[in-house]
Amino acid sequence: MENIITIDEQMIPFKTGQTIMDAAMEAGVYIPHLCHNPEFEPHGSCRVCVVKVNGRMMSSCTTKATAGQKIENNTPELQENRRCLTQMLFVEGNHVCPGCEKSGNCQLQAVAYYTEMLSPRFQHFYPYRELDPTHPDVIIDFNRCILCELCVRASRDIDQKNIFAMSGRGIKAHLIINSPTGKLGDTDLNVNDKAVQVCPVGAIIKRKQGYMNPIGERFYDQAPIDEMGDIAEPHAGAKHHD
Amino acid sequence: MSALETAVSKDGLKRVVIEPVTRVEGHGKVTLLVDEQHQIQQARLHIVEFRGFEKFIQGRPYWEIPVLVQRLCGICPVSHHLAAAKAVDQIVGVKQLTATSNNLRRLMHFGQTLQSHAVHFFHLASPDLLFGFNDDVSHRHILSVIAEHPEIGMQGIQLRKYGQEVIKAIAGKRVHGNAAVPGGMNKALSKEDHAFLLKDIDQIIAWSQGAVDLIKKVHLNNRQFHYDFARIETNMLSMIREDGALELYHGGLRARKPNGETIFDHLDYCNYFNVIHEEVRPWSYMKFPFIVSEGTEKGWYRVGPLARVNNCDFISTPKAEQERQIFKELEQGKPVQSSLAYHWARMIEALHSAESIKELLLDERTMGNDLVTTGEKQFEGIGVIEAPRGTLFHHYQIDDNDLITKANLIVSTTNNNQAMNESIRQVANQYLSGRELTEGLLNHIEVAIRAYDPCLSCATHALGKMPLLVEIVDEQGEQLDSLYKNSQGDISRA
Repeated sequence: MENIITIDEQMIPFKTGQTIMDAAMEAGVYIPHLCHNPEFEPHGSCRVCVVKVNGRMMSSCTTKATAGQKIENNTPELQENRRCLTQMLFVEGNHVCPGCEKSGNCQLQAVAYYTEMLSPRFQHFYPYRELDPTHPDVIIDFNRCILCELCVRASRDIDQKNIFAMSGRGIKAHLIINSPTGKLGDTDLNVNDKAVQVCPVGAIIKRKQGYMNPIGERFYDQAPIDEMGDIAEPHAGAKHHD
Repeated sequence: MSALETAVSKDGLKRVVIEPVTRVEGHGKVTLLVDEQHQIQQARLHIVEFRGFEKFIQGRPYWEIPVLVQRLCGICPVSHHLAAAKAVDQIVGVKQLTATSNNLRRLMHFGQTLQSHAVHFFHLASPDLLFGFNDDVSHRHILSVIAEHPEIGMQGIQLRKYGQEVIKAIAGKRVHGNAAVPGGMNKALSKEDHAFLLKDIDQIIAWSQGAVDLIKKVHLNNRQFHYDFARIETNMLSMIREDGALELYHGGLRARKPNGETIFDHLDYCNYFNVIHEEVRPWSYMKFPFIVSEGTEKGWYRVGPLARVNNCDFISTPKAEQERQIFKELEQGKPVQSSLAYHWARMIEALHSAESIKELLLDERTMGNDLVTTGEKQFEGIGVIEAPRGTLFHHYQIDDNDLITKANLIVSTTNNNQAMNESIRQVANQYLSGRELTEGLLNHIEVAIRAYDPCLSCATHALGKMPLLVEIVDEQGEQLDSLYKNSQGDISRA
């Protein structure tokens, strides 16, 4: 059988070993996602990329493409699920887009626009989280972390530094810093490390860049995320993970 | 200070409440205590909303502040944006912006002042001025102005729109954009935006002149009434340019007594806390600032267009200067103290803003690309600016990690707190006392407040300092219990 899947009745070719997400990205079909970045091993944790594969809910970033799969992606049901997940992320942290320097360059915000999120829907948790401002070039704002673990993967797999990790379970899961004090300033993080570049939201920010990127010239000012793709890797194309 | 601030005894007094105060920004209410002979015994303007910006920006990086604090207000966010940006300039050790950044900030600020003044005069105040304070409430609003004076209504809308377009060209959005960054601006003005703004500016100046002519006519047609209404004799505080000209963006502080005598002049605003203190009173969320040397009784003052046009020696643009001279004739060169003259002064400033926008658009430095300057980090920054409603103070301190540790904001409307209260007491005495209260008479109180163009939402940011009274009442409205927290945080059973 030919290496073809259909996504929303569009025929998409794939290479052996590719995931549904890989094939879709290569074909220019947008499947919303937050924890996925084609440069890294799929994580499958944000669940925003869940599609229906032959009628079953599967995360597209971790499910291998198999010839003949009939995949539903852009359907009202799935969009509603994705909107709901996005809303949960928004209320779980403190995501204040109007004041955030990542606004316009933020994948969470862009997915919220894409899924037509108009309200938080759920009650805000308003967790109390402090910033880690101890590093001379980078600040971590834990209020905005969505636990995608991209910084964990980048620091471990590319920077070879293992600076970030997750701690706690379930609702208590949170990002921690691997240093004697638990502070970023006591690590050997460099502002040019991959871990600093991959954050899809405003959790890891470079100091003193702030709002230098004016409104109208920000990444998602140009077009919605289904046309622009990821901020961290806008035109990455798909990669094999096998 | 008027005796009507607190009634001698509240026994037997009827409480009349105007809530909400309409056609102002934010939410406030007025309470009147009236005796059986309809004499007003107490009149207070209360600000009933509560913000908290000074507290919740603590712990944030300093470069976020201009964008965060502009959310205080939807009418004059540019003022907060720029006041905070000026403070942040000091934090990054920048004393002098590039000529282009300076021009762009001024341009945006004039756009802001023009649109804000237009909103107030046309949308909020003109129904009173054109139809009378006693006009039927169902008719006394902007839609009637548009229906019956379509040209005036249209000009008001167009003036506001133009001001908003100036802001959008520089900050990317009409409301809550971002433009000022530490030590400068983040974007040059595009040729397209420049051409777009220049195309209409002569018409905007003409309409602004028309607005001055309109309020001048309204004022002079009923001169004595305008002279007397809500009149109080006050100190005036404003920013002033080095040569004494009207200044809205950067300069020293000038304070004058009611008779025009100088209290201080060209004062470096970084020393504002030595000359201005704030008093907290148990019945309002809004603080009461006063000039230290004059004391709490006599030290309160007015800010905003009336104070600025009174205080300056001249205005740098020709049409506005001509109008200032006519305005000053009202009281033979002495400070004009009529509260309703705020409207007139406001339109003179709108005209000055329109003229200044043209000057800046024609200044080739405005189109430059050299936008950001750097310096050596400081741990404290103070930014002061003349917002449309008056002098606005932003004061921040940061720690070694660049996070805000302390913030103090004295917002324009807060400066006018005592003055607004005194004005409504004056109106209550003159027009309401001894008469059966009607909606039209109560509107006189609102007209007095409206003259100041207060932004009540901006002005209520005191956190942790404001007194609080909690009352528990049963279904019949009978009070069961009450607790009172004073400004020191002590709680007692009231």
